[in-house]
Amino acid sequence: MANLSSFRTIRDIHSAFESKKLSPVELTQEYLAAAKKSQTGAYLTFCDDLALKQARTAEDLILKHGGVPRDEFPLCGIPLGIKDNLTMDGVKTTCASKMLETYVAPYTATCVSRLEKAGAVTLGKLNLDEFAMGGSNENSAFGPVRHPTHPDRVPGGSSGGSAAAVKADLCFASLGSDTGGSIRLPASYCGVVGIKPTYGRVSRFGLVAFASSLDQVGPFARSVEDAALLMDVMSGYDPLDSTSIHQEKLNTVAATRLPTDWSKVRIGVPQEYFVGGLAPAVDRSIQSSLKWFEKQGAKLVPISLPHTQYAVAVYYIVAVSEASSNLARFDGIRFGQRPAASDQAKDLNDFYMKSRSLFGSEVKRRIILGTFALSSGYSEAYFKRACQVRRKIVDDFTQAFEKVDLIVGPVSPTTAFKLGEKNSDPLKMYLNDIFTIPANLAGLPALSVPCGTDEEGLPIGLHLMAAPFQENRLISAAHAFQNGFES
Amino acid sequence: MHPEFEAVIGLEVHCQLSTESKIFCGCRARIPAEQSVGEIAANSSTCPICAGHPGTLPVLNQKVVEFAIQAGLATNSQIHLKNRFARKNYFYPDLPKGYQITQFELPICENGWLNIETSTGSKKVPIQRIHMEEDAGKNVHMADFSLVNLNRAGVPLIEIVSGPDMKTSEEAGAYLRALYAVVTYLGICDGNLQEGNFRCDANVSVMPKGSTRFGTRAEIKNVNSFRFVEKAIEFEIARQIEVIRSGGRVIQETRTYDSDKDITISMRSKEEAQDYRYFTEPDLIPLIIDQAWVDQIKSRLPELPEQKKSRLISDLGLSAYDAGVLTGSKSLAEFFDQVVQKLGSSALAKPAANWVTGEISRLINEQGIEIHQSKIRPEHIADLVRLVHDQVLSSTGAKKVLELVWVSGESVHLIVDREGLTQVSDVSALEPVIQKVIDSNAKQAADFRSGKDKLLGFFVGQVMKETGGKANPALLGELIRKKLLG
Repeated sequence: MANLSSFRTIRDIHSAFESKKLSPVELTQEYLAAAKKSQTGAYLTFCDDLALKQARTAEDLILKHGGVPRDEFPLCGIPLGIKDNLTMDGVKTTCASKMLETYVAPYTATCVSRLEKAGAVTLGKLNLDEFAMGGSNENSAFGPVRHPTHPDRVPGGSSGGSAAAVKADLCFASLGSDTGGSIRLPASYCGVVGIKPTYGRVSRFGLVAFASSLDQVGPFARSVEDAALLMDVMSGYDPLDSTSIHQEKLNTVAATRLPTDWSKVRIGVPQEYFVGGLAPAVDRSIQSSLKWFEKQGAKLVPISLPHTQYAVAVYYIVAVSEASSNLARFDGIRFGQRPAASDQAKDLNDFYMKSRSLFGSEVKRRIILGTFALSSGYSEAYFKRACQVRRKIVDDFTQAFEKVDLIVGPVSPTTAFKLGEKNSDPLKMYLNDIFTIPANLAGLPALSVPCGTDEEGLPIGLHLMAAPFQENRLISAAHAFQNGFES
Repeated sequence: MHPEFEAVIGLEVHCQLSTESKIFCGCRARIPAEQSVGEIAANSSTCPICAGHPGTLPVLNQKVVEFAIQAGLATNSQIHLKNRFARKNYFYPDLPKGYQITQFELPICENGWLNIETSTGSKKVPIQRIHMEEDAGKNVHMADFSLVNLNRAGVPLIEIVSGPDMKTSEEAGAYLRALYAVVTYLGICDGNLQEGNFRCDANVSVMPKGSTRFGTRAEIKNVNSFRFVEKAIEFEIARQIEVIRSGGRVIQETRTYDSDKDITISMRSKEEAQDYRYFTEPDLIPLIIDQAWVDQIKSRLPELPEQKKSRLISDLGLSAYDAGVLTGSKSLAEFFDQVVQKLGSSALAKPAANWVTGEISRLINEQGIEIHQSKIRPEHIADLVRLVHDQVLSSTGAKKVLELVWVSGESVHLIVDREGLTQVSDVSALEPVIQKVIDSNAKQAADFRSGKDKLLGFFVGQVMKETGGKANPALLGELIRKKLLG
């Protein structure tokens, strides 16, 4: 039996395939066995048959080509986990909600099919906060995900299953979605790499919408390089998503192979991100990370993002407003399920009351908030105002990126907190997203890369942001950091 | 209408665009000509996108934009080059996503107008806006459960909103007919009223005559026949005046028209009205239209009803009324053009127009069909017009031939020969019959001779009866008069 944690990169796996130490089918079987044994709660659905079929295809390819056909199939035989708000034809897509407990999607998300075409193996669907709403993965209708190394703690959310599964070797890499930090926060808490690409870089077709103007699909992996490869494969215009961007396919992996001329890199340090409230260990790690960049020759530039203080408020109006509309389709009429009681409803309103009672409390809270923020007489003061302030936040970044190439700071003020610790106070939970939200509001590419641990060994993530479409810059800096920085 | 009051009427028309596919997905939108909606299996023209499955996204059908631009240009509207779509949120089982994608703050067309003709003259009716949107599906209610058919969900519509500038049901009817003619001439709407291709909501209010402050309006929803819209408006005006005159207050509400009873009935009041929570559709990027494309569409616009009408009046010498009726329907106008073409000259255009606006219109209206769905072809009318003009057929005989053609579609000549309908203009053949009629009606003959001139009609009728309607009536009158008065 192979030691799954010995595989650091996709390159390691491909070498193992070529030296016949291990076959794609064996690897897939081992990951499936590990995933099924795990107590993390990371998986919601396993796709054994599909995964083994894909693994056999990979095996045939390697045989036929006398090695791994890396150019055409860069993900040949690589076992992945997919966040359960992305659709796969014939596979359940539950969004961790009772509402979709039995829903089998009739089509595959564009991002997933692009990974499959690149040779990937899809092991199964990963747990999340219900409809991606939450920061701790405690809002799943099917039980929380536990932190991979500290089971009494949360893995972060909403892509908690995606981060935990990579860290715990339950898949080699995974997909998540990021609306306000849902990739970067769990990546930071679990100590893996998580990337949120520029809005529009990866097709959203097949991503069950939470907040359409903020949602973006992105990868998790142990290394920046592998996460970058997944992003490259998924990127590019999709005729099924009008908001996907007409740009050349990314090749950030190539960018990681070039040496960085640090003397030309200006790193922005926003004063608003260091105003206190950071856990001491987090503060220390971020400061030593900044010093590392400086030591390489990069210039640290103090910057100001004056509208940062409004970001959380703006986000929790825009996101919930869009969500209240996006989630209106879940009425139990055409798909999914509805409680038997709704068939005894006395009228249409009663029917909706009963069928939509299947949502969990956080989802209901956000639908109600969003409905309020959009309602006549209030939308001027809330939704429209929030859209105007969002513009200001975008302008902050536009101005900042005239002076700097990257913005660096913490992903979260703290490390992973205890299960149940913040459940009673949704506002406290919302404030946890303060550093990640601005990138979604402005559509920026951003990532979390591990930069140390606290006293209890809990991982800390470094947050890097770049101007829209500057993924190359973002990835090459993060790659160099991951390989050069020692905490 | 009561002389102390005047009405204010505005119309919102939903016009189904005749694109092949739906507005945001590739599903078939158009019912093939040989089929009716009822023949298409429920939910057979659906996909995950128009059924609102989680994770799906809309992609705009460019043809819809092109058609909307055509509608705007043909109604003298301003075309906005920057467009956004919006979500209109409400719950209903036939609305798969829980919102309708429509346009709200930035519609594609604004500030147009359309010319109408009524008994009081011509008038420009302003068009406030035209916007693009998707249709909903259809709920089918059974005894103790309901079904949903989503074939229509995502079918493209344009909504055309007039200004509140019409004062009578006649104006409203004329506006609807003029608008209908425009969209069918453009070919952007199949115009099938029974299938709901062109349906209308009417906003009606009344106010004291001369007032500038509009009264509270009622909206009459979803009427899909021109005549019913007129009748619903008439009823509604009378109802509101009655409410006010009896000391009551008109309330803002939505009403529905019951065509069997010819009344409008309250559906819901303003208090029960929905809050649609409009906001910009984040799944669609702003639609930026190239002016060059608009210019290209403009240069390719077909002849429109107004232009055709002027042409019929000036080139063919038709009356404004006949030209109006002919151009009111695209298929009737095209049919008439072909009749004139078959006649080979414009000399007989007037009698041809009489046939088309008279007998033909009556027959197709009776059956509720379009001319091309009947068995009548342009050559039938051309032949009839020629035979009547050459006095081979009497007009009575021609009407009889038309009835037969309507049923069988056979050629006019074949029917005339078979039925022996050729008009008798032969004096030697008619004289014995006239003599016989006079002999057997001696009293009437005597009365006629003593000055009862009206009895001529009686004798003509009797001779017609004897000849099976084949006698040339003009000649007959002359012969009878000669015989009796000698």
